[in-house]
Amino acid sequence: MKLVVASGKGGTGKTTVAANLAYALARSREVVTVDCDVEAPNLHLFFPSMAHELPARVPVPAVDPARCTLCGECGRFCRFGAISVLKTEVFFLPDLCHSCGGCRYVCPENAVRDEYRTVGSVRCARPSPSLTLIGGVLGEGEVQAPAVVRYAKRLAEGAPLIIYDAPPGIGCTVIETLKGADACLLVTESTPFGAHDLALAAEVARQLELPTGVVINRSDGDDRAIRQICRELGLPVLMTIPFDRSIATIQNRGGLISREHDGWRSRFAALFADACGLGGRA
Amino acid sequence: MKVCITAQAAGLDAPVEPRFARAPFFVFIETGTGEIHSVANALCGGPGGAGPRVVQFIAEYGADVLVTGQLGENADRAIHAARIPAYATTEEKTVGEALEAFRSGTLREIS
Ligand code: SF4
Ligand code: SF4
Repeated sequence: MKLVVASGKGGTGKTTVAANLAYALARSREVVTVDCDVEAPNLHLFFPSMAHELPARVPVPAVDPARCTLCGECGRFCRFGAISVLKTEVFFLPDLCHSCGGCRYVCPENAVRDEYRTVGSVRCARPSPSLTLIGGVLGEGEVQAPAVVRYAKRLAEGAPLIIYDAPPGIGCTVIETLKGADACLLVTESTPFGAHDLALAAEVARQLELPTGVVINRSDGDDRAIRQICRELGLPVLMTIPFDRSIATIQNRGGLISREHDGWRSRFAALFADACGLGGRA
Repeated sequence: MKVCITAQAAGLDAPVEPRFARAPFFVFIETGTGEIHSVANALCGGPGGAGPRVVQFIAEYGADVLVTGQLGENADRAIHAARIPAYATTEEKTVGEALEAFRSGTLREIS
């Protein structure tokens, strides 16, 4: 089962939900989490532990000057401006390259080969024997966030239960996170302000044919507006987390309600079961 | 020598365009013969990363010198690599006036 925890916008408590799910499930089975918010990873903050780091590398072009005739094809092809052909050389700006491979493909002289460049890293940690954390970290000033997400996801591949913590919003990295998953949970607040972002995120999940449910976080007890919107979007509300002082106190100090309250632990286990049900899985 | 000037329209009377990669037109002037070619910038409204692409374009067009307002970071890196000296027009001028200013040596080189 591969479950994505996402939200249309930042600050809804998406990572907290992912962390609670991971904690609750890791009590009884093996769980791998993948933090796909590579520009601001923070899932690991809930589970302090030693991490190993691996470089996340991408192929970038290297031009063989002995073969290159400065014909200009590669530069005309690259829509990112990463490779340009100037009078006496092929000029490459690695931080603009998206590793599409097009320049190598169009080169009539077969002068372009792949070289590898590090654009970020992937942290791996094992805070408990049944919980593995994998997290992508995009390098400073780098553009290839989706590549780092792909890399992090690949390391988790093969595990029976994977929880992906998606980046906020609905950009390329979110789509990269959703690809290949079995179901999606969208975390929202009870105010209708986030409704627009929720609808956009739901639409992305729908296009990728991912069964989707909603978690209402920080509910003030009056969720009519957001429930109405969920009904219209055809999204079942699977859990409501109240806005409550004792919950806020636990979360403000970086704690997890599923660690400190047995009740919440079973509720998160049930949330997972419901999410599996969305996808028609046992 | 072929001078390339970024412009808002074609011809010597067009106002200079201060942006380089987003300039609607490039006016190329061959100073030896006085020949003028105005070329619309195909990358004017495109996505990011236009700077180096436009540098390749003007280099292929044979520009020896560039006169513009300012260069973005990537365009600046590429124009240096192309060894095309770039000069900044300091105020609103027409292409013709900017050309004169360049010839008289009053334009500052962008370095
Ligand atoms: S791999 Fe793609 S993005 Fe990178 S330089 Fe080549 S064409 Fe441009
Ligand atoms: S396409 Fe190949 S031969 Fe042509 S300029 Fe690029 S690297 Fe050189």
